[in-house]
Amino acid sequence: MDLDDEGSNFELKEIQTLSGHTDRVWSLAWNPATGTDDAQPVIASCSGDKTVRIWERSALTRSWDCKAVLEETHTRTVRSCTWSPSGKLLATASFDATTAIWENVGGDFQCVSTLEGHENEVKSVSWNASESLLATCSRDKTVWIWEVMPGNEFECASVLQGHTQDVKMVKWHPTMDILFSCSYDNTIKVWAEDDTGDWHCIQTIGESSNGHSSTVWAISFNAGGDKMVTCSDDLTLKVWEADIEGMRSGNDQVLWKHLSTLSGYHDRTIFSVHWSREGIIASGAADDAIRFFVESKDSVVDGPSYRLLLKKEKAHDMDVNVVQWSPGQENRVMASASDDGTIKIWELATSSN
Amino acid sequence: MTLGLINANPIVHAKKERVARCEDPHCDFVRDIRDPEHPYSLEQLSVLSEESITVDDKLGRILITFTPTIQHCSMATVIGLCLRVKLQECFPPHYKVDIKVSPGSHADEEAVNKQLNDKERVAAALENPNLRQLVDECLYSNEL
Repeated sequence: MDLDDEGSNFELKEIQTLSGHTDRVWSLAWNPATGTDDAQPVIASCSGDKTVRIWERSALTRSWDCKAVLEETHTRTVRSCTWSPSGKLLATASFDATTAIWENVGGDFQCVSTLEGHENEVKSVSWNASESLLATCSRDKTVWIWEVMPGNEFECASVLQGHTQDVKMVKWHPTMDILFSCSYDNTIKVWAEDDTGDWHCIQTIGESSNGHSSTVWAISFNAGGDKMVTCSDDLTLKVWEADIEGMRSGNDQVLWKHLSTLSGYHDRTIFSVHWSREGIIASGAADDAIRFFVESKDSVVDGPSYRLLLKKEKAHDMDVNVVQWSPGQENRVMASASDDGTIKIWELATSSN
Repeated sequence: MTLGLINANPIVHAKKERVARCEDPHCDFVRDIRDPEHPYSLEQLSVLSEESITVDDKLGRILITFTPTIQHCSMATVIGLCLRVKLQECFPPHYKVDIKVSPGSHADEEAVNKQLNDKERVAAALENPNLRQLVDECLYSNEL
């Protein structure tokens, strides 16, 4: 496979730049139900301009257009957005301390629910795989778990305390109802439900467990769900692994262990990291660059190591805030967004020699 | 907010001759930013000096260090915010700004530096109307 061949040359081709937001774009999400023969790819993006934009690629022209601007709902920066696994709902998290739930009603996006409760800015929101739970996190140091009820009703199931600072991101495990959060307090926490239905922290990954030494900004899982990668203000990416069979059998004692630290590749804060289906790790950083890493096939004593596949300098004119691989049929298509107010669609291709 | 001033009796110095650093000739100097608590500029209070600012035009990076008047200054984060806003006005948007308190000048040096350089925290703070008003007063006050 070309990823294993260290002689292969890769290039990141720019497909299109999506402009429209009037302030920095903080995050974006590909609609998981799109990008198939029947459904053209759709992306939601959110911005400091307090709006969310929906973009769709035209089947005819293959060009991306802005289909909707979701405005006059959030009263401050919209920090993160994420589609439900079925692609039917969109959740948006805002500095206005609320999380809005949107539904596409005949082409028109309507806000069908507003989740209140956090004391201040909501930073991130995540749906679990079965769409039965939603998690949010905030500068108020808490993580909230919400139950999805019929009729677009949401009930707070638990308020999780434990982080000692601003919580930057929450992410559900891709297959199991285990929740992960990362924070300004430099730790990653793992949360699970016990037999009595109570949620509690089953692991804290801090500096003493080979963890990060500054704010952890993002978490991403590999396709198998047995590895995760985290990125930080400490300029490193860290890869972690766990015994997935143990987790499946409901063993709470299964711990995530440090596998590898990728250091020396970034010289400014890494805001985003995303692991592709194929195993390519993409990172977006405050030096305006996007980098790609893959597992190195060299046999190493202590387990797999990772090598830099490609560095795309000046991917944007300003900080890259998010990188996300497309879930669609097309392989190696990726989107990024930046403080420069734009979203860019890319294709990672092998360069012809 | 505290009821009394953090530092009621700061030492005030005379303004120095300075060399223009900003691209925009109409841009006020960073050192003329008014202190949040007193009608004096940051330069007059020796919070900032010529040596405080390092600009790398090739890389598009700026490092600014400032010295709060006392070790436990709770206005340090406000001063840092003012500096960031001012620099955003003076330099093109792609310049990267790092703001730190000068080493040894503050009791919570690491914590203050971390907060001042967390882009998300800065963005959220500047959306807070009370904080924004205070920053605007420090930047645009004509009392000097």
